[in-house]
Formats: sequence, C-alpha cells, structure tokens
Amino acid sequence: MMQPVRSALDYVRSTQIWNSIFRHGVPRDRRTRVMAVMSNLFLHLHPVAVRKSGIRLSFTWCMGGLTFFLFLAETISGVLLMFYYRPVPEYAYADIIGLRAHVTLGLLREIHRWGAHAMIIAIWLHMMRVFLTGSYKPPREFNWGVGVILLVLTMLMSFTGYLLPWDQLAIWAITVGSNMGKATPFLGMQGPFTDLVQLPGGVPLVTVKSDAAYLLLAGTSVGENALMRFYVLHCIALPLVLAVLIAIHFWRIRKDGGISGPL
Amino acid sequence: MTQFIIPTLASGGAGKPFFTNPAIEKIKDLVNALSVPEFSLPIFTVGFILMMLWYRKWTKPKVIIALTAGACVFYFGSMLIDYNYLLILKKPDNVPITIMLLAMGLCLWVAFRQAAINDARLEAGLPLPDADKEDKVLVWPDLVYTEMICMVLASAALVLWSIVLRAPLESPANPAGPPNPSKAPWYFLGLQEMLVYFDPWIAGVILPGLIVTGLIAMPYIDINPKGNGFYTIAQRKFALWVWLFGFLILWVVLIVFGTFLRGPNWNFFGPYEYWDSHLQVPLTNINLSDYFWVFGLGQPLPKNPFAREAVGIVFTAFWCLALPVVLARTVMYRMYNQMGSTRFYIMAFHLVIMAMLPLKMVLRWLFTLKYFVYLPEFNLNI
Ligand code: HEM
Repeated sequence: MMQPVRSALDYVRSTQIWNSIFRHGVPRDRRTRVMAVMSNLFLHLHPVAVRKSGIRLSFTWCMGGLTFFLFLAETISGVLLMFYYRPVPEYAYADIIGLRAHVTLGLLREIHRWGAHAMIIAIWLHMMRVFLTGSYKPPREFNWGVGVILLVLTMLMSFTGYLLPWDQLAIWAITVGSNMGKATPFLGMQGPFTDLVQLPGGVPLVTVKSDAAYLLLAGTSVGENALMRFYVLHCIALPLVLAVLIAIHFWRIRKDGGISGPL
Repeated sequence: MTQFIIPTLASGGAGKPFFTNPAIEKIKDLVNALSVPEFSLPIFTVGFILMMLWYRKWTKPKVIIALTAGACVFYFGSMLIDYNYLLILKKPDNVPITIMLLAMGLCLWVAFRQAAINDARLEAGLPLPDADKEDKVLVWPDLVYTEMICMVLASAALVLWSIVLRAPLESPANPAGPPNPSKAPWYFLGLQEMLVYFDPWIAGVILPGLIVTGLIAMPYIDINPKGNGFYTIAQRKFALWVWLFGFLILWVVLIVFGTFLRGPNWNFFGPYEYWDSHLQVPLTNINLSDYFWVFGLGQPLPKNPFAREAVGIVFTAFWCLALPVVLARTVMYRMYNQMGSTRFYIMAFHLVIMAMLPLKMVLRWLFTLKYFVYLPEFNLNI
C-alpha cells in the first residue's frame, strides 16, 4: 500500500516542475532542512535555527503566531464578505441577512466576527506574555512600541467593523464610542478648552461641523457617511497599515536576536 | 454552546432556573450584595495581592486542580441557579469574554508556575532551565511543524465556534431609538465603565491616550536589566505589581463589570438581579467645592468659578504635578536616583494618573464625591 504512494511521490519530486519550485531535496537531513527554510520567502521570516526555549509552547503560548493566524483568517474571510456586502444604509443590513440566508455554508460572517474577537483576546495575551517574560527590555524596546501600535490598530479594526452590519447593536455601540471624540480637549465640541481654539476676532475654529467626532463620522451622528468612512477604514486603510507594521514587527524580531531567552 | 445545554429560553425575567430553594435564594442575595463595586473591587484587589504574594503556593499542580474544580462548580453552579444571569452570559457577544477569562487564567497559571520555578532556582544559585544559549533546534521541522499544528487546531476551533454560535444581528439600525443600555464593544467597556467616575474627556480621551503612551514608554523607563527573557516575579517586583494591577484589575475587571453587571441606564445590577429598566437610582453625588464651601465653611458657593473650585484645582495640581516630586524626594528616592529625572517623572506622571482612578472610586464610594473640579463653564470637570 505504502510502496506505490512512495514511488509516486518520488516521481513527482523528480520532475522538472517540482525541482523548479523547490530547489532543495526532501528536507530529511540538516543541509536540506536549512535549505528548505532559506529558499522559501515565507519560511525565510524565520532564522534557520532557534533557541529551544523560544519555541516551547509554555514560553510564547503561541499567542503572537495565533494573532497573525487570525489576521490572515480575517483577511481571507473579509475579502469573501466584501463580495456580498454594500456599505450603504439601504443595503447593508439586508446584505448581512442575505449572507446568512443565501450563501452556501453561510458561516462567513460567523468566522469573521468570532475571529475578530479571538484576535483581540490573542493580542492581549501576547502582550501579557511579552510583558511577563520581560521581553520588551533591550534590545527589543522598539519592537514593543511597534506592538503597541499594532494593538491600537487591531482594536480600531474591530471597532470600525462593528458598525458594518448596520443593526441596533452596531450604530449604538459606535455612537457610544464616537461620543468620546466629541469630548476631546481642544478639538471636540463638548471637550474642555475648545473655545480657546479660535481665529483672531473670535471666530471659532471648532464647530459641530469641524470637530474631532465630525472627522471620524463625516457627520454629526452615525449615518451613511460614517458607514462609508468606517468601511473604507476597515477594509483598506487600517489593514494596509497593519500589514506593513506586522512585517516590520517580524523583521525586527529577527534583527533583535530572535525570540528572547535568559541572557 | 449554552443554548444547546439549556433549551429555549423566553426573554424577560419570567423564566425558571434549574434549581431553586430558599437557601439558594439567600446565597443569591448575598452574592448580589457583595458584587457592587465598592465590595467586589476591593475583593478582587485582595485576590490580586494574594496571587502576587503566594505565587509559589497556588501554582502547584495539586492546588491548581482544586482551584479549577472549585471554579468550575462555581461557574456552572452560578449559571444553573439563575435565569437572568444565564441570559447575560449566553449573549453571543458576551461569550468571548468568558473565553478570554478562561484563557487568561490558564496563561497566568503557566506564567506564574514558571516564575515560581525560576525564582526558586535563582535563589538556590542554580542556572535557569533554558540558560544555554547554544541549545538550538532547526526551524524545519521543529518550529514549522509546531506552527502548522497550531494553525490546524486554531482553524478547527474557529470553525467549531462559528458553527455553534451564530453571530448576533439585532433589528435594523434605528437612529431614533437607542437600546437601553447602549454599550460599546466589549473590549472598550473598561473605558465605558470609567465614565461612571470621570467625564468623557478623561475616561475616553486622556486615559486611553496615557495607556498608549505609557505602554510605549515602558521599555525606556524600566531600566531594571534583570528578568529579561524568562518568567520571574522576584526580580521585577515593581514593574509586575503596577502593570498587572493596571491590566487585570483596572482593565479586565472593569470590562467584566461593564458587560455582566451594568444594565439599563448603566445602573449596577448584581449577577442575580433582574435588569429592571424602570429602576431610577437617585444621583446624590456631591462636588468637592460643595464639601468645602457649603458643608465645611457654611457659606454659599463663591460666584467666581476659579475661587469656587480653588480647593479642587489645588488638589488636582498637587496630585498630578507635585506628587511625583514628593515621591522622588521621599519613598521613591532610590528609584529616582537610579532612573534619572526624565525617566522618573514620565513614570511617576503615568503612575499618579493611573492611581487617580482607584482614588476617585474610593472617594465616590465613601463620600459620594462627584468631581474634584467642577467647571461646567469650560466643560472642564475632573
Ligand atoms: C497584530 C499583532 C501582532 C502580531 C501578529 C504579533 C506577532 C508576533 C510573533 C509571531 C512573535 C514571535 C513570538 C511570539 O509568538 O510570542 C512576536 C514577538 C514579539 N511581540 Fe508581537 N505581535 C503582535 C502584537 C504585539 C503587541 C501588541 C506587542 C506589545 C505591546 C508585541 C510585542 C512583541 C515583542 C516585544 C516580541 C518579541 C518577544 C520576544 O523576543 O520574546 N507584539 N510578535
């Protein structure tokens, strides 16, 4: 039984096509295993050898990796959701219902939503792990800072996505959140010191139509402009920034000497 | 998943719990009474202190098994004896919080257990288990396979979660009809809970801003070179106490309050209380200026707002600006000398602002204090 499979695999591995893709032999000895990592763009994120402590599950809890996995899962399910969803009040809610009713194996929305919650949990636990192992200490100070920005962006991703189903939960949760923007000192209509921001002659610069909340919502309350704004932030702007920063984060892990361990 | 365990539940407070008898009702009343923040937050804090002090004891596997069993009985027991509580727990968007609490408990155990082992070895002068830098393994297969297994398990878990629990969808958006209570997404509920004690410009802008700047500044402030790259408590006491208190008590516990215990009109309800939307809690909070002028000196409030709020302004200025200096000269002078002034003052500023939250909570509970500084003329209430 095994023998034909073996020889079939061996045949595939001897073809010109296979050898043009994977330039090394089967990773069975040290040399080919090193080659397997070095000659693959994705695996090349890793060094060829790592400290034993760094890959122990009890050390990293795999939480950074899990955060990244969830980011990928969100990207894929998110792209699929975009095929079915129109970010205007007339259609948004109906499209969400349609997703459940008409799309084969209608689990997309579930995967995307629970994946987002899980990503928040994973990133918090990742941060806690990095803190508890003191891994933010030199030489990893900068990468911790990159991480904090990633944390903020991840929470903003979740926040902007929360509005898109356009149900009661969505608009009122975003209303509660964006009301805080109205209270920004100097920049929000209901915040302190906002009266001080004016042109000579007493012309106020910050009005209901130009304060921090208006910038976020493109309106004085959560309406169709806010929906479009959140959609673009959620599907394009924030993920792009997130992807670039994740790349920096991973690059720096290597440049800072790999996963931390006792010095 | 709970919707499979417990069959169809009607909405409202009319359902019947699985078990009920007078003794259980007594327990429920006690739990409700203890769960108000003025009791439960100090209780959580004491729990936190014990966790930090006794980490060598509670992390032993035997103790952990007993604790976990106890927690399971408590958790499932608390679900089965009350209907309203169950309704809140099983709300789809609240399930992630339960998952987070479980995961966090597990992670904290794993961390503190290793810290206990490492600290014991360091005290005995033994090398740490992973001290050998040259003890390396190849990425292929060790790491790549681990990653792949994690990925498969995570995918399976996510798909299972999605099959078992439908994503919530309420009625279509209605800009004229806010639900009561209106809640932010759960991961921001700690901030929404802070709104009870501070105005939005502090709870929603200043505090989150300082959380971010504090986190980014942390590696540059914490110059203790010890405890880099392994779990330890003994070598980094100050950093661990402050950070974990902030994260576990002032962030996670407040999220739990905001989700499970805040009902209509953001009133506080014990886990076993019915969320009565007609409940009116009279607002009897009193400003510091009232305490000073009216109750203290027996005078009416001065007309000039700055004179009126002078005590509060002086107090706030002292707390935020002078207290760091006092700390540097007194209890923290050693730290000040080691860190230098820039590092120390950045740290101390974040520390006193963080401490302002528990301070205000305690003053609210003891003296129904509303604002230290009440300047509605400038939207400046602290
Ligand atoms: C999208 C979010 C993030 C992703 C995908 C991510 C991914 C990762 C991965 C895969 C690692 C390797 C080790 C591990 O898994 O623990 C890592 C390490 C690290 N992360 Fe993150 N991370 C994210 C957010 C954060 C945050 C929020 C922080 C801190 C505030 C942070 C700080 C660090 C640091 C300092 C390291 C090096 C740890 C060491 O060498 O032991 N990261 N990250």
